[in-house]
Amino acid sequence: MLAWVVLTPFLGALLMPLAARLGRLYTAWAAAAVTSLALAALLPLAPAAFGGDTLVQRWPWLSAAGLDLALRLDGLALLFALLILAIGLLVILYARYYLSERDGLGRFYAYLLLFMGAMLGIVLSENLIQLIVFWELTSLASFLLISYWQHRSDARQGARMALTVTGMGGLALLAGVLLLGEIVGSYELTAVLAAGDTIRAHPWYAPMLVLVLLGVFTKSAQFPFHFWLPHAMAAPTPVSAYLHSATMVKAGVFLLARLFPALSGTELWSTLVGGVGLATLLVGATIALFQHDLKGLLAYSTVSHLGLIAALFGIGTPLAAVAGVFHIINHATFKAGLFMAAGIIDHECGTRDMRRINGLWRYMPYTATLAMVAAAAMAGVPLFNGFLSKEMFFAEAVSLATQMRFGWLLPLVVTVAGVFAVAYSVRFIHDVFFNGDPVDLPRTPHEPPRWMKLPVEVLVVLCLLVGIFPATTVQPVLEMAAAAVLQGPPPQFDLALWHGVSPALLMSVAALVGGLMVYAGRRPLYGLAERLGGRWSARQVYDTLVGALFGAAAALTHTIDRSSLQRMLAILFASALALGAAGVLGTPTALDGGRPQLPTDGVSLTAAAGLVAATLAAVWLHRERLTALIVTGAVGLIVSLIFVKFSAPDLALTQLAVEVVTAVLMLLALYFLPQRSPAESTRARRLRDAGLALAAGGGVAWLAYAVLTRPYTTIAGYYLDKSLPEGGGRNVVNVILVDFRGFDTLGEITVLAIAALGIYAMLERLTLAGPQRDMDGRPWNWDLHPVIMASLTRLLLPLALLTSVFIFLRGHNLPGGGFIAGLITAVALIMQYLANGAAWTQERLPPNFHPVIGWGLAIALATGLAAWAFGRPFLTSAFGHLHLPAVGEIELASAMAFDLGVYLVVVGVTLLILVHLGLMHGASHRGEVR
Amino acid sequence: MEALVAMVIGVLTAGGVYLVLRARTFPVVLGLTLLSYAVNLFLFAMGRLVIGAPPVVAETAHAYTDPLPQALVLTAIVIGFGMTAFVIMLALKAYAELGDDHVDGERRP
Repeated sequence: MLAWVVLTPFLGALLMPLAARLGRLYTAWAAAAVTSLALAALLPLAPAAFGGDTLVQRWPWLSAAGLDLALRLDGLALLFALLILAIGLLVILYARYYLSERDGLGRFYAYLLLFMGAMLGIVLSENLIQLIVFWELTSLASFLLISYWQHRSDARQGARMALTVTGMGGLALLAGVLLLGEIVGSYELTAVLAAGDTIRAHPWYAPMLVLVLLGVFTKSAQFPFHFWLPHAMAAPTPVSAYLHSATMVKAGVFLLARLFPALSGTELWSTLVGGVGLATLLVGATIALFQHDLKGLLAYSTVSHLGLIAALFGIGTPLAAVAGVFHIINHATFKAGLFMAAGIIDHECGTRDMRRINGLWRYMPYTATLAMVAAAAMAGVPLFNGFLSKEMFFAEAVSLATQMRFGWLLPLVVTVAGVFAVAYSVRFIHDVFFNGDPVDLPRTPHEPPRWMKLPVEVLVVLCLLVGIFPATTVQPVLEMAAAAVLQGPPPQFDLALWHGVSPALLMSVAALVGGLMVYAGRRPLYGLAERLGGRWSARQVYDTLVGALFGAAAALTHTIDRSSLQRMLAILFASALALGAAGVLGTPTALDGGRPQLPTDGVSLTAAAGLVAATLAAVWLHRERLTALIVTGAVGLIVSLIFVKFSAPDLALTQLAVEVVTAVLMLLALYFLPQRSPAESTRARRLRDAGLALAAGGGVAWLAYAVLTRPYTTIAGYYLDKSLPEGGGRNVVNVILVDFRGFDTLGEITVLAIAALGIYAMLERLTLAGPQRDMDGRPWNWDLHPVIMASLTRLLLPLALLTSVFIFLRGHNLPGGGFIAGLITAVALIMQYLANGAAWTQERLPPNFHPVIGWGLAIALATGLAAWAFGRPFLTSAFGHLHLPAVGEIELASAMAFDLGVYLVVVGVTLLILVHLGLMHGASHRGEVR
Repeated sequence: MEALVAMVIGVLTAGGVYLVLRARTFPVVLGLTLLSYAVNLFLFAMGRLVIGAPPVVAETAHAYTDPLPQALVLTAIVIGFGMTAFVIMLALKAYAELGDDHVDGERRP
């Protein structure tokens, strides 16, 4: 059931492009319906989580490696899931009106649902590795959303930056979580949360914490990684509203809350999380005031509020954690509302520059009222929700002030940040809605459509309800989530508007008054900011780093790749040699491993001498191409003799058949190519290559000898024992191919089929001019089909086909099988082409061989799938599960069907390649003959 | 015998590497062929050298060689053919389109 909550948005994302064909309204409805479905799947589970139960659902996958699909629903997860889905629903409604006719709604909603699903995956994950997968998915989905307006360079740039920063953080987080899993011995959250003391006492605690926090800080836009968030506002405003309130940046603080019991409670945690949080709080609040862009102000305000939340978790007391969760809720509501209001203003005015948007009160009083409520919540004004959590924050800061050395700084910093928060909130309201008249706006603003305002209204009402009646509205939710965060009973806390005159209240008042004063004196401050702005920023550091990285990559590529294959190959071989040598010289060992060796006999010596001579001849004569090709064929024949000698009849047969086919193919190709290579390598180049070749050959020989003389253990015993009783065949090599490792073979014949199709595609529309004369200037003999050869091959055909059937049938028990039989059939048919000509043969054979390959693959696949019908894993041979008396026959049928697929693919591929090249021959000299 | 086989693998490798480093496509394809002989033999030899004991189950057999490297090499030979075919076609295509069979697709001074 829980899985449907996560799966529904992903499935819905796939449907969106289809829904988009029905029209814009239906697309929006479909997206809303998908979200509602996910919500409907979640709600029946909510009461249990509300009651304090933790629901864990698990689907085992690679349990030995700690990799299971596992979902978890507890108070914290429920709170986040509700936020994600509810705000998602409002964003979907809002986006319907925000996006213009030109923007594809289908694509937008598909990305948005993808994002929603990924975010739900994060908050509902029980397995930490799985959580990281969803974590990275949110980075990817946000990349797509931020770059939604792909034609705008700022959108592309912002998306790239967000992906780079959060992606790097994700990698750090992965490393941290792997360490964490090693410490705990499990990736399950339940185990991790229960092992807090073990984790904190472990020597890896510090590196692990730093890595995890890098992930959190980048995602949650904490200083100094905050710069990507303001650039992400190039996204459409509904995306910003979602990204800043319930998703993406909240993933970071969610993880802080999630891992709070496991990681918090050390000085390192307080210093890092608290310190970075406070710095972000102050930096974000200060910069926000000086933004002239409406969304820029809100973006930096988000940075600041995220710093506040991080600082609360950094303080580390249970009450601070409660306040952290509380502020997550509050920030989500008012910030989503504010972004939507900003979107309305942008939509109506055609600009977001606050120096031009003034006095909108007259044009849109209703929207203005909504925005004012949300902004008041952001500033922390009493009666609005932001006030309550901010006051809890102030109270925590004060209570800590006496406990630390520089504790007195804490309330001061916090109050200063509060002052700026009030100042930028006031600026948002006063600049936009009052402050004179609009300055040449592109459009005349008026109230937006009815339904565009609805999401803002919902959020604003929530701000007010929570702000005025906290005890009845939010307290139970908060207790539920806090219990899950702390993994224990939540502390006593009392949410009320009036707590009497406390230091926290005085700080609130100071912030309000100070904020108004700062706003009043804003003009000199703007001037100061103008002069200081852009002097040094995290953005510049980022740009420099990225530039340096690209520069280094380009320089490295250029050193290796100078558009010369020979140079690159030489570098490749030299590096392989250097690495191999380094490995060998690092740990010197005896060359001979002491395994008893076989005696050398005269025949073997002769064959080896022949092989060496042929190889040397191929190298020596390589510029005489035909000769080199012939001696290479001789090498191949001797290689197949080596297989015969060392007990590998199957390999010998395969090598022999492949050798024939390869020779025909190369001869056909050589016909079109120059018959000689020019002598163009310098002597130095030849010496260098010879040196490389000798070193490589010596190294490989050395390695081969070292391995061959060492004893070893093998898993072969398993295959030899099981081949007959379980695979039903005596030829173990064939049983391995079609049964034990049938899946590998399926992959291999697929690769073969793809290679053939690739070749087919290359040959298409290729025109080759055949030469008139051979390399010595003699004209080619146009007697294409010598009578004796033609007659003989026709006689031989049935015999050859019979042989291949024989080889195929006995393959399971004696050397043979589909690969070899396929090659033999192919050779037999190609002989007909060669001897009788393409026209004669094509009358008697199918014109193209794609269907043969297709059928082969289909049969092999169907054999594998048939096992499913019996409830067995893919490609289980029939022998294993059909307990019939006549097992032999049944088993043979299953494995042989698979081998038949292999056979057809091999025949089809070989003929496809050779026949098409051969036909080109006919085409190239037909005209010259006549 | 082990030294002889190791030497054969070494010679094939050396010849293959030298030809792969040539400037024209056809020798490079021949070099790849030699290299794949060497690699196949090397892989095959990982099961050590055994004479007269093919991995075909029989009541009279006293020993079997390791069938696993053989199964691996058998498919490698066939895939090697597919690769050779692909490369030689690539060479043909390059020659037809560029009018030259240099590996870099252009005549070097």
